[in-house]
Amino acid sequence: MSLQDFLADPILFISNWLQGLLVGWKLPSGLATVIVFLIGILALVIFAMLFDIFLVWVERKVVARFQDRLGPNRIGPFGLIQPFADIIKLVIKEDITPDGADKVVYNIAPVLAAVSVIILWAVLPLSSKIFGVDLNVAVLYLVAAGALGTLAIIMAGWSSNNKYALLGAYRMVANMVSYEIPMVVTLLIPTILADTMSLNGITQSQETIWYVFLSPLGMLIFLISSIAELGRSPFDLNEAESEIVAGFHIEYSGMKFGWFYASELLHAFTFGGFVGILFFGGWQVPFLMADGFHFGSFVVALPGIGVILLQAVAFMVKAMIGYWVIMWVKYSMPRIRIDQMLAFNWKFLTPLSLVLLSATAVLTKLLSGFPLWIFGVGMFLSNLLIGWITIEILRFYAHRQRRLEEPLAQPASVAARR
Amino acid sequence: MHPDQIIFFLCAALILISALFVVISRNLIHAALWLVAALFGVAVLFALLNANFLAVVQVVVYIGAIAILFLFAVMLTRKDIRDRGPQMRRSWWIPALLGLLILAGLVYLIFAQPGIDRTAAAIPAGVDPLRALGKALVSPGGYVLPFEVSSILLLAALVGAVYVAITKKS
Repeated sequence: MSLQDFLADPILFISNWLQGLLVGWKLPSGLATVIVFLIGILALVIFAMLFDIFLVWVERKVVARFQDRLGPNRIGPFGLIQPFADIIKLVIKEDITPDGADKVVYNIAPVLAAVSVIILWAVLPLSSKIFGVDLNVAVLYLVAAGALGTLAIIMAGWSSNNKYALLGAYRMVANMVSYEIPMVVTLLIPTILADTMSLNGITQSQETIWYVFLSPLGMLIFLISSIAELGRSPFDLNEAESEIVAGFHIEYSGMKFGWFYASELLHAFTFGGFVGILFFGGWQVPFLMADGFHFGSFVVALPGIGVILLQAVAFMVKAMIGYWVIMWVKYSMPRIRIDQMLAFNWKFLTPLSLVLLSATAVLTKLLSGFPLWIFGVGMFLSNLLIGWITIEILRFYAHRQRRLEEPLAQPASVAARR
Repeated sequence: MHPDQIIFFLCAALILISALFVVISRNLIHAALWLVAALFGVAVLFALLNANFLAVVQVVVYIGAIAILFLFAVMLTRKDIRDRGPQMRRSWWIPALLGLLILAGLVYLIFAQPGIDRTAAAIPAGVDPLRALGKALVSPGGYVLPFEVSSILLLAALVGAVYVAITKKS
């Protein structure tokens, strides 16, 4: 209990201090542990939700830049207070429940949508010492939380008693259920490479080399399937404005709509974070060890708190870059049709990810005895080879398709002249 | 009371009440949603028993796949979601009596087990239950045969579904 302890591991210090305080108040130690854990959960959730408000601003600023506008710039410096104005507006708006809506299910759905995102933060390692729980099945937990999100959307779509909402929910569920498969398969690639399913373990094992260098294709497939899982453009058929107005949340107004919107943004950021954790080393900073920077034999010593903060900043930067890439895709790509969406998943992503998984599994065993650089080069080359073969197969099919379609595609005037 | 026990009783109450509503609710979608609540309670029970893997798989498979399939099937096949007509058969007391008898028998059997009042030993440090489960599923001395047989069963179902759904070219 000294300044030194605090500097070495602030989170452990604070939790020990709180525990000691509560036991000092004559509380049984079991109850004190429960209260300390509840305070920890509350702190994490409050951080996530406050960060979400900031994300609203980020999203609006970035989309404005993509569309050659300025974005919010009236309230506060750079429009930073705009999200608070938005929240006040959403809260004081009239709350409408449509006639014939299933009231209980209608009101539970936005809460469940937000919960399905917030529970993801339980396994998110923000730094080597700041994480909710180091679950040994965290990778699967991610998929399970996605299942709850699917449920929330289907509940919202059905209970609104609106055909557009129901259609949006059907599309969204078809999207999420199909893209779950390449996502689960690519989640297994870091699992195989790190030999663990815990996200903290996966991050730790990327100390020597980030997995994006071992499996660039896996990273791409995971990114695509998480964009689809988020239901963002080009996979935003669930809220295609030109066809079904707003999709599953068409009937929601005020803060209930706000929950869907906030959970979508936080979801996108969280998946940016997962891309960072699984393939870009999470909180790993190059050359940073537990006691400071190591450049060969030259060592810059840092206290524990400095290392933890640096790691947290590194994680946030990586997650923000991931989030930015998701926005980049969203605001540059047109929407695809539902048959294209399903064909792209089942005929392209799923077989490709399965081939990639088998290759990774076999190569990891074959190359496990070799030094790291041979292992890395072998894995990278295998990914390149699979990518090249895929492109060649695609080219072959595209040529054949074009040859089959050519006679039909001729304009009528050309056909008449013959 | 131990915190685990409090969570267990809350969970057991959730499972039983939801299971009851699955049967008595007249709206089929509500019945399916109550089923989700019951399945979620079972997942919490698994988590309480330190079976993290089973808890997560319970949510992924039962809530993420099967319950959503139920919801879809009900929404797409029924014009009227509500169920009309009597909910009880005239001879309802026969299954009730049978159920009570089976419950009594199970309770008796469980309490007749030796060591029923002992608490489970903690998992020793350095043992990863997930790793042990994974090894057991693929080792010849473990459960590799049932594991493979069930995967062949699933593959057969997959092929069957493709065969049913395929449109024959004329």
